[in-house]
Order: sequence, then C-alpha cells, then structure tokens
Amino acid sequence: MTDPTHKPAGITPSQTVGPYYAYGLTPRGAYAFRDAFADPVATADCEGTRIKLTGHIYDGDGKAIPDAMIEIWQADSAGRYAHPRDNRARANSSFKGFGRCGADKNGGYAFETIMPGIVPGPDGKPQAPHVVVCLFARGMLRHLYTRIYFADAAAANAADPILALVPADRRNTLIAKRAGDGAYTFDIHIQGGDETVFFDV
Amino acid sequence: MSLIYPRSSNAAHPAYDFADYRSTGKRHPQKPLIIMPHTLSELTGPVYGHDAVRDNEFDLTMQHKAEPLGERIIVTGRVLDEDGRPQPNTLVEIWQANSAGRYIHVVDQHPAPLDPNFTGAGRAVTNADGRYRFVTIKPGAYPWGNHPNAWRPNHIHFSLFGPSFLSRIVTQMYFPGDPLFAFDPIFNSVPDAKARDRMVCRFDLDVTKPDWALGYQFDIVLRGRNATPTEEPHDD
Repeated sequence: MTDPTHKPAGITPSQTVGPYYAYGLTPRGAYAFRDAFADPVATADCEGTRIKLTGHIYDGDGKAIPDAMIEIWQADSAGRYAHPRDNRARANSSFKGFGRCGADKNGGYAFETIMPGIVPGPDGKPQAPHVVVCLFARGMLRHLYTRIYFADAAAANAADPILALVPADRRNTLIAKRAGDGAYTFDIHIQGGDETVFFDV
Repeated sequence: MSLIYPRSSNAAHPAYDFADYRSTGKRHPQKPLIIMPHTLSELTGPVYGHDAVRDNEFDLTMQHKAEPLGERIIVTGRVLDEDGRPQPNTLVEIWQANSAGRYIHVVDQHPAPLDPNFTGAGRAVTNADGRYRFVTIKPGAYPWGNHPNAWRPNHIHFSLFGPSFLSRIVTQMYFPGDPLFAFDPIFNSVPDAKARDRMVCRFDLDVTKPDWALGYQFDIVLRGRNATPTEEPHDD
C-alpha cells in the first residue's frame, strides 16, 4: 500500500474491463443506474459541424467484439480542449469533448459529436483534426490508444506530425471514411492484416 | 500544475498478449505500437467532478428498497499521482458482482442468485485530499471459462480518469490473502509481484465501523509526475 509520506513505488496496474462493465459504465437505461456522461457528445449550445461517427470493432479473426468499450476525447470546433491545461479562452458552451460507448452485439459503436478543429502540436506545428480513442474490451488487459483522422482533411492530414510517425502503408487505418453528409465510419481491427495503428504513449 | 508521463511507468501493466488469459489471443495487436510524443490531445482529458455524481451513488447498499445480502464493507482510499500527490475532484467508478458472485449483467449466466436489492455499480469523487469512499458488500468469487475449474478471486472493478487521457486506468481491486490469487491469470498478468500487491486492498480496523461494517483501504496511483525544470518534458 502507498505510504502517504513517501513517493509511491509505482502506478496501479491495469486489469481488463471484463465482459460485465455495462451496468456500471454504460447503463443507457438497460440497468438501474444513472448515466454519468452526456450523450450525444455534441451539445445543443456548441458551435461546429455536427458529425456522426460510427464503426465496428473486430478481433484477429475478423469477428465483431460485442464486449468492447470505446471512449473518445476531442477538441471543440476551434481546436480547444475543455481542460485546465488548455489555457486558451473557450467558447461559452457545455461541450466537454468526451464520449463513451459500449459496443452493441455486432461490435458497433456510434457517437454524435462535432468536427474537431486544428489542435496545436509538437514544436508549434498544427495537428490535423483528430479524435483520441481509448479502447477497452474483455480479453484486453490494458486499454489501447489510437486516433481518428478524417478523410476529407487530406491536406491537413498530409502535414500532421503524428501521422508522419506512422508507416505510410498503415496511415489509412487511422482515417475515418466519409459515409454521406456529416457521417464518417471508422472500424477498429485489434489484430490481423488490417490491424489498426495503436500508439505507445 | 504541469505533469509529465514517463513511458517507463507503464512497465507496471500487463502485456497485451498473455497466453494464460486465453481471450487475449485474438485481442492484442501484433504490429508494433507507434511511439509518439505527448501532445495537448494526450495531456488533456475529460474533466468530471462533483457534477457527475449524485449523493447516494457512493453507497451501493442504499440504491434499492432494502439492503442487499452479504457482508457490508467500506472501501476507501486516496488517488495519488506518481509523486504521491493527492488527486482531488477525480471521478471514481466501480462495478462488482453481488455477494453470491453473480453480476447483474444480462450475459452473466453463473447459476448463483441475483439480489433484487443490489445493482453493483457506484460512483464517487475524490475530496481535497484525494480520498474517495464507498459502502458496498463484499463481492463473491465466481467461475469463468478460461480453463478447467477457473474461478476469479473476489474483486471490485475500478475506473478512473485522473488529470489527463494518459492517466486513464481501469483496474480491479482484490482482497488480502485470497487463496485464488495463485490460480488467476488476470491477477498474475501483472509481471511484478510488488505491482500485483498494489491491486490488493488492506484491511483497516480504523476504517471498520463497530457493529456495522469491515473497512478496507485501497490507494490508487495514476500516471503523472511533476514536471520540473531539470526534467525533459518528453521523457521516455
């Protein structure tokens, strides 16, 4: 145990979210527990282009993962994060930039949010609009980080300092496809030939 | 407060691929993870404090018409960063099986009874000292299909955000001296014995309330260290 007078010996290790997280983390009316997080991510009072982000989560056999949970974290339409570390003035809106979704029985997820803006990056270089993703599932002892970029921001993507770190032939795994007006699809393959790029952060 | 997040701290976590826990087989990346610098996108994260929690959500024994069956317990502890500084106003979410080892989740078919007075989910926010507190019942052990005669040790699932998306953690809290530790691949997926011990709560007679409930202490240490001028901000 941690002695309050000393520096901890290390962080608390991760353990799998398991198959039964839904009634605690994503009850959504199916269980007698209140949801803590607003759904949709886009709030009535936030500025920006409304988008719908949907996709499916697959294992190494290409089978859908029904007991996965996906979380997203993103900037507002002006590229500002609703967090004290981002000290730029924010719009007077209730947009928080966080979403959580439990996969459905087909491994599907959906978020109604807004297109994030350009975000400051390393060495003053801008980052293309992107959404940070945390992925959890039964069978995953630790969550995985990935990012969602958008296909119609090709020029910004080409200049993005993080995408530049990814081998060119795998960058497409990080880019959501446009699927109609304001709709994007982004599938996640945890393993296999189409394996999504995950980041070591 | 400005924090840095050394990658080396992640050595406490299990590997993504851990054969003894069979389900990791098709659910771990096989290609190398891409090392990237921590940008504003990673160094920020969801901010949920008191506004996210209702007063009664810390007490899992008071969410229904009557009290649930089982051994009433108090679980409290502090949320700290790697320098040992308390993390105030941090959301702590928990979920657990009932005292018979049955989850209310629709997929759980373990032939042990559900308890109409127990959902098994709770939320709390840490106070100025980084402290949280739950009242619940001790969850039961339960069988699972990983290997013949496989049983999970008693545990409570914990989920925390902390100061950024890099401090995000989902873990499980175990109880001291559980005879199932030696046989549980999830517990043993954490490579270092001392790190495994950090997932085990401690019985505390001072937390124990006379004639009412046993008390346990469980501190949680999140990623994040103070950034001092002598340290590189992109410490790996």
